[in-house]
Amino acid sequence: MSLIWGSMDSIKQGGLGFITRQTWDPVNHQFGALPFIIGTLLTSGFALILTIPFSLAISLFLGEYFTEGFLQNIIKSMVELLAGIPSIVYGFWGLLILVPVIQKFQMKTGMMPYGVGILAASIILAIMILPYSASIGREVIQMVPSELKEAAFSLGATRFEVIKSVTVPYAKSGIFAGIFLALGRALGETMAVTMVIGNSNMIPKNIFGPGNTMASLIANEFTEATGDLYLSALIEIGLLLFIITGIINLISKRIIKRFDIKQKNESIKNKT
Amino acid sequence: MKVSKTKLSLRIIKNNLFSVLVVTLSIIACIPLILILIYLISKGASSINLEFIIHNPKPVGEPGGGVLNAIIGSGLLVLIASILSIPLGVSVGMYLSEFRKTKLAGFTRFAIDLLQGIPSIVIGIVAYLWLVKPFGKFTAVSGGVALAMLMVPVVAKSTEETLKMIPGSLKEASLALGVPYYKTVLKVILPTGLSGIITGILLGIARIAGETAPLLFTAFGSPFLTFNVLKPVNSLPLLIFNYASSPYPDWHRLAWGASFLLVLLVLILNLVAKWISKKRKIKF
Repeated sequence: MSLIWGSMDSIKQGGLGFITRQTWDPVNHQFGALPFIIGTLLTSGFALILTIPFSLAISLFLGEYFTEGFLQNIIKSMVELLAGIPSIVYGFWGLLILVPVIQKFQMKTGMMPYGVGILAASIILAIMILPYSASIGREVIQMVPSELKEAAFSLGATRFEVIKSVTVPYAKSGIFAGIFLALGRALGETMAVTMVIGNSNMIPKNIFGPGNTMASLIANEFTEATGDLYLSALIEIGLLLFIITGIINLISKRIIKRFDIKQKNESIKNKT
Repeated sequence: MKVSKTKLSLRIIKNNLFSVLVVTLSIIACIPLILILIYLISKGASSINLEFIIHNPKPVGEPGGGVLNAIIGSGLLVLIASILSIPLGVSVGMYLSEFRKTKLAGFTRFAIDLLQGIPSIVIGIVAYLWLVKPFGKFTAVSGGVALAMLMVPVVAKSTEETLKMIPGSLKEASLALGVPYYKTVLKVILPTGLSGIITGILLGIARIAGETAPLLFTAFGSPFLTFNVLKPVNSLPLLIFNYASSPYPDWHRLAWGASFLLVLLVLILNLVAKWISKKRKIKF
């Protein structure tokens, strides 16, 4: 609510075109949010693409292949540790370790050696959201009733085939929910992204260039916002962010609940 | 027969390839963590010495100096946030576990879920609008409030989960013996669920200890050491953010040390929380 009230000024001035206008020029009182929306979507989307194979791998690894024992405990603890590391530490590490690596790569291939940019932010985001989707995926995969799997095995299927045609379809909605949740997390992540994204308030030309996301824009410019319109515009971006992440999180929670209910119904059916 | 034999070996090959793929990807996924930990330990542990903890940062250019004001600041903020969020979170958790079907419960649950998903910087904006703009200055209290808003869902959720698991017979036995309701809650249910509630509190603290974004425009950070909660205050994550973006290698060194300290703290909190919850499981 406070967000809406705070951004009232900006909404009145800029109107709906705010979302589609490109220029972000505080000096001339021009505020368009498009570069940041694109930046946010690009980094989060790319991070999702990067993280899905690894998240699936870990979910399968922990839920199917090694459900007990030494390896399970180690890998599980490592993933949980990943989730606990504060985001600025990720950003710091990214800035000092990952960015030089990207820079070297860029220099070798003849691109502008920014180092920072969409690519760096996406990689760091992908690492950060991995635990969220992986742990939900693992739980869901473990919940696949063994009768289904055993039936498939007894029909002569290999493990891969069982996974492909039994486990994954069964757990599909849960895995989806985990990925959605990870997306929600990625959209709102501020600190790690701020430190490695290059902070250029334009639409990024390609993934190797700098850009900016809604969250890091707020982080960078809030304390230096001169004038109420500027502040209002920033708050309006906050509102946008709130709405988007809110919707995605609620959707994923609803999917998880539905999956839980389906599970409970299945186990009740099996027991009777 | 020949056809099915080749088909079978193809399937077996696919199967084994897939297993290898899964294992490889999983190992690769763990590499960043190991890398981060290695760098943290090598660069961070070396900068921690007595001076690190006891001193304030020195002006730019002078070697040495520590992060005392950030440590104290973090402690202050966590304290404020806990004072605000523990009573609220525990009460909400209790309410949700007792009255599960009322409309208010559904609405509260929805609100808590929503709150949990809000990006921390947006919460920072809200705290700013409530507590900084009207008063015109940055204060530790506003930072604490922002952190409290982040902590409440964690505490509430784990309180609710804990209390849900307590067998209803306990509560009913106490009520049957004539103990008034509020006393039942205070003296029977709460102590039984205490370990779970404490686990939730510890996890909540671990979460907010590393938060930076909401503090950027509430507590704001300062180079001074202060216990006055009505003044801006520095915190470990803020310090890391400011120093890491600076071009001074000495400040970088401090930032590594602070990062190490922070991760160590979070790790210890998580381990203690896990240990407590294991102890509890045996009791039942």
